[in-house]
Amino acid sequence: MMPIAVRIFRFFAMLGTLALPGAALAAQPRPWQTGFQDAATPLMEQVTSFHTLLLVIITAITIFVLLLLVWVVVKYNAKANPTPSKTTHNTMIEVLWTVIPVVILVVIAVPSFKLLYYSDVIPKADMTIKATGHQWYWNYEYPDHGKFSFDANMVATEDLKPGQPRLLETDNRIVVPVGTVVRVQVTAGDVIHSWAMPAFGVKTDAVPGRLNETWFGPVKQEGVYYGQCSELCGIRHGFMPIAVEVVSKEKFDAWVEMAKKEFAANDDVPATRMLAQNATK
Amino acid sequence: MADAHATHDHHDHHPTGWRRYVYSTNHKDIGTMYLIFAIVAGVIGGAMSVVFRMELAAPGDGILGGDYHMFNVLITAHGLIMIFFMVMPAMIGGFGNWIVPLMIGAPDMAFPRMNNISFWLLVPAFLLLLASPFVGGPPGGDGVGGGWTIYPPLSSKTGQPGPAMDLAILALHLAGASSILGAANFITTIFNMRAPGMTLHKMPLFVWSILVTAFLLLLSLPVLAGAITMLLTDRNFGTAFFEASQGGDPILFQHLFWFFGHPEVYILILPGFGIISQVVSTFSRKPVFGYLGMAYAMVSIGVVGFIVWAHHMFTVGMSVDTKAYFTAATMVIAVPTGIKIFSWIATMWGGSLRFTTPMIWAIGFIFLFTVGGVTGVVLANAGVDHSMHDTYYVVAHFHYVLSLGAVFAIFSGFYYWFPKMSGRMISEGLGKLHFWITFIGVNLTFFPMHFVGLAGMPRRIPDYPDAYAGWNEIASYGSYVSAFGVLIFLFALLKAFTSGAKAADNPWGEGANTLEWTLPSPPAFHSFDELPEIKDEGAH
Repeated sequence: MMPIAVRIFRFFAMLGTLALPGAALAAQPRPWQTGFQDAATPLMEQVTSFHTLLLVIITAITIFVLLLLVWVVVKYNAKANPTPSKTTHNTMIEVLWTVIPVVILVVIAVPSFKLLYYSDVIPKADMTIKATGHQWYWNYEYPDHGKFSFDANMVATEDLKPGQPRLLETDNRIVVPVGTVVRVQVTAGDVIHSWAMPAFGVKTDAVPGRLNETWFGPVKQEGVYYGQCSELCGIRHGFMPIAVEVVSKEKFDAWVEMAKKEFAANDDVPATRMLAQNATK
Repeated sequence: MADAHATHDHHDHHPTGWRRYVYSTNHKDIGTMYLIFAIVAGVIGGAMSVVFRMELAAPGDGILGGDYHMFNVLITAHGLIMIFFMVMPAMIGGFGNWIVPLMIGAPDMAFPRMNNISFWLLVPAFLLLLASPFVGGPPGGDGVGGGWTIYPPLSSKTGQPGPAMDLAILALHLAGASSILGAANFITTIFNMRAPGMTLHKMPLFVWSILVTAFLLLLSLPVLAGAITMLLTDRNFGTAFFEASQGGDPILFQHLFWFFGHPEVYILILPGFGIISQVVSTFSRKPVFGYLGMAYAMVSIGVVGFIVWAHHMFTVGMSVDTKAYFTAATMVIAVPTGIKIFSWIATMWGGSLRFTTPMIWAIGFIFLFTVGGVTGVVLANAGVDHSMHDTYYVVAHFHYVLSLGAVFAIFSGFYYWFPKMSGRMISEGLGKLHFWITFIGVNLTFFPMHFVGLAGMPRRIPDYPDAYAGWNEIASYGSYVSAFGVLIFLFALLKAFTSGAKAADNPWGEGANTLEWTLPSPPAFHSFDELPEIKDEGAH
């Protein structure tokens, strides 16, 4: 099964590249794309290959049902078959169409559980980021790097610089070093949001009063990766994107030094702001 | 009971004019009102979808001119209207009321007055929902923008402080009460009022489907009622069931909501399964293949439907073992569903098929429901669902099973029973044109949504990154084509009522052998003058 699956995946991947030759960034959607965004982490690679297996199975089932329908329409229409048969039972076939789907489901379930446990059991992480969803922006904290924090607001269309994708770019990006396993703690300050990064295979709801954990990495390739809030959170739900910039370890260290200074004033802002918000409600 | 009815001359003993409907205790009149109600609600809800597809036809601000809250109001209302005020009234209230008593040879529903209040609760419920856009919602906007799933805190005082949300909750309460009363009525009717000789295992599959649906309604709607009552008191009386800052839990609402919500999606589709079984059997001139398997497949779908709810919540932060359980349980449902699909095809196999309008809608249903079903198997896997949750892939999936599944079943049933209900034939030509235009339109609308969903496009956003523009434009054109299909349907209806040929008692020939086809079209005000008797061959 897998070689076919891999070929089909490559075919879709090729379609994607044909659609926009010379796309600078791998980690954002492309016009006329029909499949997942290119995987940037080992987790997303596994999600992609498992989904390709599923796609092959469900396509085969759908085509099988379609062929059966075409067959009965051609073969058993009133002209071709004026006298209907009286068959209403056939134990063998009824057992078969119960047992074969069960077998197919078991074939699906084994890799499915492997993937689920791989994605959900958080490995030893190199660093931690805390993402807090607000109406309608994200706030990020770096507890391992001096506890600075900053807000990430969407860059308005008129302020975009060339090459920045509309509705996906933020004024401050999350910056992480390449080849690093990152734990992400996700919560929210007002309503439920969801922190999603398609190229990493990550989506975790940001729920007020609850600290969810997820992880991504190691990201193999430097570059900017984009995602969007994925839980309806009010009027500007469509406008609180997530941008992750993956840089070399040296650049990351330099960025941390810069961020410590630039966002120093924000040091204890999240806590006070949340208190203030709660007080006004 | 049989004697009492036989000796009584009913035909002149019913109210006329508006009293006939407002005071109605007659299952056929109430069924007709439900169907008209569903058509009106369907046109309103469908028009809303065309408006937001126009907004989404191209990136940037479209017809809504940047009123993003209006977009949320429209998608919320579209979901609530189509579920509670279109599909449920059409299938259960409409066809269930009209056809179940006829199929089992009952004089009427068990509780005719309760039947009346079931329908008349639905009207104020709908009016409350329609009134909500005119009162305050979130800060700076009118109407409910919380999505049909109304998750707190977006639906509590935090997200929607205005009274619009309260109106929507009360609308759901009334609609829920209406459905619970209807469910009790159907269960009692089906268990107690079958004609002599019609054992449970001889009931037509449509009656089976309504019976299972009624149990799902009876068991799931009180849970929704509890959840939205808690939400209502959180909003208005200072309780904190879902308020994290006071020790409540927003996720509790999601568990309660989906404990109702998952059975609800089977409530929407099971009567459709029943309709398709009747139609396929009729136009294959064959009894349904594997009758018992078909009946118990529906029962098992109903039972398992109650223990899979949290697959709607794979990203909320559940333990990995819980996710594994819900993945496994959800995939189990594919087995009885597969039995149904293959049994319909086996019913046609060896048959003598006639491609009337109801039949082509049924064949369309079988194929499209298969497409929606297999993407459901994909979504059942928590490992990939993390990548698909809340994307357009989910939108594509549930519209394939509902918009293309349930709605195709409704049209199949409508064209099938229209001659019986109205006494008029509806144009086959227009019916088939309606089918093909709808088939093309809905596939253009929903198939591309799989692609943008995989590519990462989130649901419920009023504007999207430019890369998603191509498929979205196609989806929007598809929705215009489907809307044109609705106009053809309305025209076909108009034509049937003004110049439709008179329908015979049984216009569909010897394949149609359930009891309703033994009566005149339309049946008399009181259907059966004599108690029908079911002979050994059975009516299925």
